[in-house]
Amino acid sequence: MSGSQFGFFGTDPWWMVILKAVVIFGMLVVITLFTIWWERRVVSRMQNRIGPNRVGPAGLLQSLMDGFKLAFKEEIIPKSAHVAVYWIAPVISATAAFLAFAVIPFGPIVSIFGVETPLQLTDFPVSVLYVLGIASIGVYGLVLAGWSSGSTYPLLGGLRSTAQVISYEIAMGLSFVAVFLFAGSMSTSEIIAQQEPIWFAVILLPSFLIYVTSMVGETNRAPFDLPEAEGELVGGFHTEYSSLKFAMFFLAEYINMVTVSALATTLFLGGWLAPWPLSLWDSANTGWWPVLWWLLKVQLFIFMFIWLRATLPRLRYDQFMKFGWKVLIPASLGWIFIVAIARVFRNDFSFTNQQLLLTGAAAIAVLLIGSWLLQIRSDRKQQSLEDEREVETNAPFDPMAGGHPVPPMPGQIFPYSPRRVLAKQSVAGGVSPSDKDTNAIEEIPNA
Amino acid sequence: MSIDGELVVFIICGGFTVVGALGMVLSRKAVHSALFIAMVMINLAILYVANSAPFLGMVQIIVYTGAVMMLFLFVLMVVGVDSSDSLIETIRGQRLFGILFGVALAVLLAGGIGTALTDKGDVGLDAANQEFGGNVEGIANLIFSDFLFAFQATAALLITAGLGAVILTHREAWKPKATQKELSVGRFMVGAGHPGNKPNPGVYARHNAVNTPAILPDGSLSLESVPEPVRSRDDSLIIDHRVVSTVVELVEGEDQN
Repeated sequence: MSGSQFGFFGTDPWWMVILKAVVIFGMLVVITLFTIWWERRVVSRMQNRIGPNRVGPAGLLQSLMDGFKLAFKEEIIPKSAHVAVYWIAPVISATAAFLAFAVIPFGPIVSIFGVETPLQLTDFPVSVLYVLGIASIGVYGLVLAGWSSGSTYPLLGGLRSTAQVISYEIAMGLSFVAVFLFAGSMSTSEIIAQQEPIWFAVILLPSFLIYVTSMVGETNRAPFDLPEAEGELVGGFHTEYSSLKFAMFFLAEYINMVTVSALATTLFLGGWLAPWPLSLWDSANTGWWPVLWWLLKVQLFIFMFIWLRATLPRLRYDQFMKFGWKVLIPASLGWIFIVAIARVFRNDFSFTNQQLLLTGAAAIAVLLIGSWLLQIRSDRKQQSLEDEREVETNAPFDPMAGGHPVPPMPGQIFPYSPRRVLAKQSVAGGVSPSDKDTNAIEEIPNA
Repeated sequence: MSIDGELVVFIICGGFTVVGALGMVLSRKAVHSALFIAMVMINLAILYVANSAPFLGMVQIIVYTGAVMMLFLFVLMVVGVDSSDSLIETIRGQRLFGILFGVALAVLLAGGIGTALTDKGDVGLDAANQEFGGNVEGIANLIFSDFLFAFQATAALLITAGLGAVILTHREAWKPKATQKELSVGRFMVGAGHPGNKPNPGVYARHNAVNTPAILPDGSLSLESVPEPVRSRDDSLIIDHRVVSTVVELVEGEDQN
């Protein structure tokens, strides 16, 4: 669209655009089938089992057969469902999952049927924001599925997924900011080009860790799979779905997993660039080889997803939300602040690395001393507040404090009232079944 | 981008936008209205992108469709799954004023767009985008130079509103809430009773009801196995005397051996 780095995008012939779109679609479906098999095998190995090994070589065709079976199953639509929304929810979910892959780069410029073209469907100056936007449209699928099922557990699952994805999308978006600052661009191809000497995962390690954590929350995968927590919500938002519609949610979940993995690869692991020992080989970053490096990196993340699922128990919902809002987001903001300040000092005051480190150390020392002093002060305040409360609660109960009838404070005892005892007696006398069926009960054991 | 491509996008997305806007006003269910607004927002975002404003388009989707509209949906779902709005006017003359203000807004918009169309001073979208080297850079330059104060003031307003919401909904707790750790330590304290699950009610050939107490290894009955509300009506317990006596005999026999 604009700028020199986008010269190759938007100039493809029409058949090339269609070819790329179809290949990406096919690749995503195949990766999904593979990932389901891979997940089942890996989890099996981790649990001392073998896993699917009957259909096809090493059980590779198992998920294909499962897919056929699932698609031909009977479709059950609940009577209380809002039919139109119920239909459209899985469509939104699956469509959004496929759309996000349009801006993911798989490799450098190659020649396909004599046309020089980058291995990426398209790119534009705000590609990464596009992925975020599509992800937030995808959430509509889950929420609407939960609402339109007309049932309680799916609704709770839908609400959970809303809260969860919105919260973790903030942390996710914030973890991108440092990458944008370093790359000077929000286009995926440009971000990869900027990682040529060193990956952003190395220089922006905190951002990388925050992204990896929030991407698990964003895709509703274990240990953050609260919208479909079996022990609490049956199946969550997809409880009332069956047959092909359920298959679409399933497909969307796995494609989303691949998408966030591919985004992590693009933003932090250098995309299709060859990893270190291989990058010494001159032609590692040309031709079709980079597709292999890209695939390996994405599979690394997918393996991590599977490993997490096999290892960690599910988080409690409130702890999960607390973690997102009180740990990930503030940590992200703090890190962005540090990165931005360091960039300003480097660019505008031409600091060297050594000067930067020294300044940073001095700043940290000042902050530590300051926070220590503040802590002492707030401790003292807290103590005096607690003392005050203690005096308040130890005071005898005044039922007409401030001129109004008030209940007792915690720790205060309500004084004896003869009317309470009378009330209790009358309730007990009215309800007691003691006279009614004593004989019947007695007879049963000996009957 | 060629004019033709933009025209096609405009016709498709513009059509969807109008359908969505009408659907939003005409649908009776609040959730359906919210969905139609989301549709309008997404189509507007596509139109922004087609008009060389990709940043605005994406932010529109992320902020409005992804966050604001989603929160609306959230509230609608929490408030009432099946509630539909009543069509009775609650404010006198609402419809009349609605129509009047609608017409006034249309006149204002027509005037504004008309002025923009007849004003020949435009340089084109590509030139505007290239002034600072790109769409994102152009917006950044405007926000952080000419409109810095407005930008900061809006940000301060939004943060104040957010903090206000937090303070208004905040309730001061009298005691700190017990953590999971404290609760689990408390379960094992002296006098706290049995820390784990209580035993299940007894299951026998004749009775497996909830008011049938289980038998402990020494042959005695475990009253804990019966839920408190049932146990408090102690005359309703079903005790299989034969089972109890057999067990007791067996235990006593073992003791003698």
